[in-house]
Amino acid sequence: MATPRDISALNRWRLLAALAIGAAVLAGGCASAPTHSELTTSRADVLWLNRMTYGVNTQILADYQRRGRTDWLDSQLTGRDAVLAPDIASQINLLDVVHADAAQLLAASNAEYKRINALADGPEKEQARKTLNERGNALAYQAARRDLLRAIYSPAQLQEQLAWFWLNHFNVAQSKGSIRWLIGDYEEHAIRPHVLGRFRDLVMATLTHPAMLQYLDNAQNAVNHINENYARELMELHTLGVAAGYTQNDVQNLARILTGVGINAGGPQPQLRPAWQGLYRRNGAFEFNPARHDFSSKMLLGHTIRGQGFAEVEQAADILVHEPACAKFISRKLAVYFVADEPPPALVERMAATFSRTDGDIAAVLRVMFAAPEFSASLGGKFKDPMHFVVSALRLGYDTRPILNTHPVANWLNALAEPLYGHQTPDGYALTEAGWASSGQMSRRFEIARAMASPNAGLFEPEDGSIAGSAGFPQLSNRIYFAAVEPLLSQRTRNSLDATTSQQEWNTLLLSSPEFNYR
Amino acid sequence: MTAKARRHSGISMQRRELLRLAAAFPALTVAGRLFAAPTSPARFLLVFLRGGYDCANFLIPYASSDYYEARPRIAIARPDASAPTGALALDAEWALAPAAREALAPLYEQHQLAFVPFAGTDDLSRSHFETQDSIELGEPSQGQHDFGSGFMGRLVQVLGSSGPIAFTDALPLTFKGGADIPNVSLKGIGKAAFDARQASLLSGMYAEHHLESAVADGLELRQEVALAMADEMRAANRGAINTKGFALEAERMGKLMRDQYRLGFVDVGGWDTHVNEGGAKGALANNLDNLSRGLMSFSQAMGEQWRDTVVVVVSEFGRTFRENGNSGTDHGHGSVYWVLGGAISGGRVAGEQIAVGRATLFQDRDYPVLNDYRAVLGGLFRPIWGLSSGQLERVFPQVRPLDLKLV
Repeated sequence: MATPRDISALNRWRLLAALAIGAAVLAGGCASAPTHSELTTSRADVLWLNRMTYGVNTQILADYQRRGRTDWLDSQLTGRDAVLAPDIASQINLLDVVHADAAQLLAASNAEYKRINALADGPEKEQARKTLNERGNALAYQAARRDLLRAIYSPAQLQEQLAWFWLNHFNVAQSKGSIRWLIGDYEEHAIRPHVLGRFRDLVMATLTHPAMLQYLDNAQNAVNHINENYARELMELHTLGVAAGYTQNDVQNLARILTGVGINAGGPQPQLRPAWQGLYRRNGAFEFNPARHDFSSKMLLGHTIRGQGFAEVEQAADILVHEPACAKFISRKLAVYFVADEPPPALVERMAATFSRTDGDIAAVLRVMFAAPEFSASLGGKFKDPMHFVVSALRLGYDTRPILNTHPVANWLNALAEPLYGHQTPDGYALTEAGWASSGQMSRRFEIARAMASPNAGLFEPEDGSIAGSAGFPQLSNRIYFAAVEPLLSQRTRNSLDATTSQQEWNTLLLSSPEFNYR
Repeated sequence: MTAKARRHSGISMQRRELLRLAAAFPALTVAGRLFAAPTSPARFLLVFLRGGYDCANFLIPYASSDYYEARPRIAIARPDASAPTGALALDAEWALAPAAREALAPLYEQHQLAFVPFAGTDDLSRSHFETQDSIELGEPSQGQHDFGSGFMGRLVQVLGSSGPIAFTDALPLTFKGGADIPNVSLKGIGKAAFDARQASLLSGMYAEHHLESAVADGLELRQEVALAMADEMRAANRGAINTKGFALEAERMGKLMRDQYRLGFVDVGGWDTHVNEGGAKGALANNLDNLSRGLMSFSQAMGEQWRDTVVVVVSEFGRTFRENGNSGTDHGHGSVYWVLGGAISGGRVAGEQIAVGRATLFQDRDYPVLNDYRAVLGGLFRPIWGLSSGQLERVFPQVRPLDLKLV
């Protein structure tokens, strides 16, 4: 069917592709740079790596070929050798959010909000409030920038996906209350240390973080002033799942157990009667205040919990994470994210059995999942959510070359309705194709593909406003393309690519193609 | 790909054929031509308030002294004829919230607005997500069911060419099973990015793929919206747009539903008021103001077609009758639905009712449900499209429709 024009177009882009390879090899320079032939990987390896990562790049391919699959998977599951390249690490280290103390930030912003609220109404007050909000938003953006740089460049790609997964599971939204000041700390200290660890540690770390306590209103939950928002979602969304058989009474009793679990941002320790002083807890801005706690005994899921302060919360967490419903709920959700929208029940059963046997060891559960024939059979069949779509496009387009500006990336995720820290409700973003592949979402995705394919995307304009070098088009027809993308393309996709009339159009179509949009 | 994932129907196949023709003759891709003309002039819009709005601070049960005792900090003051910006008495029991008064009182007075209190589902999970899903699916609550479809999807099947559309980022569950339902978010609009040649290259990659129709519809709808909103974009370029938020979105919805689409869905979030929800003013009042103004601009944008239009506003549940410890309310049960339309017999509070008070609370906590959502919607759908019992049975199996004589 190729017309003369098609052929010339095809040749032109093929030629560009060859030049790109030459340039990349020359730029690599050193002897250890893998050559084209070394990067030849089987179709099965490519599909497997595309599921284990946010998309293959040259670093992953080289590492995988050097270690072999077993050792590479081990390193991903243990976080071994997960060192960021120095140019990425130094970009991250420049961010205030890395060095700030969340409790101090919260105390300072609370004090400033209080000062502003006391001002007389008028433009000065408006301006002060705007300035403070902008500072908070800038801090939340820095957290997003750190997250995106890691997602795009970290060799620990499994951990990066899990950081997103657990942030989404224990969702908080930066737009509520003071969470913009806390979100960086929440990700760094409540989520990331535990993404491959014990599930119970995630529950306790989020339960004692001021971001979660503010997001689901438990900071206001006190004896005789019950707020059951967090208690309900802790069971429904975080541990058991909605159909697990708990009742409205369980929700109310868990809310009573959680009374007094709250926030104290830099305030003095409350005056407590002597019997309570030993029960008081404080860590950063987290506080357990016995004076706000309901000390009566409670029934939770058939267990009696004697009133004794924060120990009740520990006991409740034990009960929840040891429920068979929790093992199944968490295992299934992991399988939905990593295997299929409707994961095979037998696989979920095996994962849940491992979860129960290992006391919720996330890495052990994942190991069972990755080794399963159901996992191999599923490769290439998961539709990329916007985060996977955008990050994989950047990994293909720029490989290990550091982008300087992450604002466009954040804007693309926003336009695709999946910004980091941006989901308003506690259920988190959808993990299935049905949530992302409607007609309106497909056309929006193609438009973002076009923006990403552009030479003017702004990724190489430094955020401090200093003069940018010209970025040029992302060279999508590069070594990774030939190793990991081109072999998967259908004839229909090739036909459309061959009919393009500019490089931007070729890039747009490749990023829009069905093969690129599944992992 | 599974059979379930394929969404081919007779109509869509015909449309795909037209799309192929259109790709060959770009002049044919004028807005709306490709979508089969709906056979009925009737239009229906479902507005879903996600988060469970506090209906008791919208339609205020002002005759109940228990209401004022249960909500010492957030109750809205009784209507007072000398306070024209306070709550507006609708009858001896109910008053309209001050925040919604300006936009909604004229519609109510013209009998274009009615309320159905004690409406909802018999789902008792009090979970947002579970209850939203069960309403969107619209299955009978007794016994295990899985139709794999939502009630709006089944309505599309029953009506044939109905011009369905969702004004949302993602396709809502309620349209599941409806085959090729387009969706578009109208929060932000702009020029379409692709010309006909590029659109055909994009579509070509998805030929025979299970996303084929989603891709084709999405590209086409994008062009249509750009054309339909061309006037607005010109006005915006002159800085002449005053409306914002949901009001602007609703005005855009009105333009599309006036001209091409007849069966719409939109959702509005932000109703989960556990803390500091406010009373006559505050967080909930701001949301109600935004929503009410939006529905008013929708009715105006519909022009003469407003007379053929019915809008129903629902939410997954009401909230606790008593305020909680934080001047907010927790998840409850019965809600208040709104019915709007240019030719409805409104101006009243309709449906089964009971005196509001501590003694009549469900589980000593929240409003009971006396008007099942399937019965209410089914009772409206039948006259709107003249559905037979058999057709209604397909939309809401085992439903006993409640005729509120609104349509």
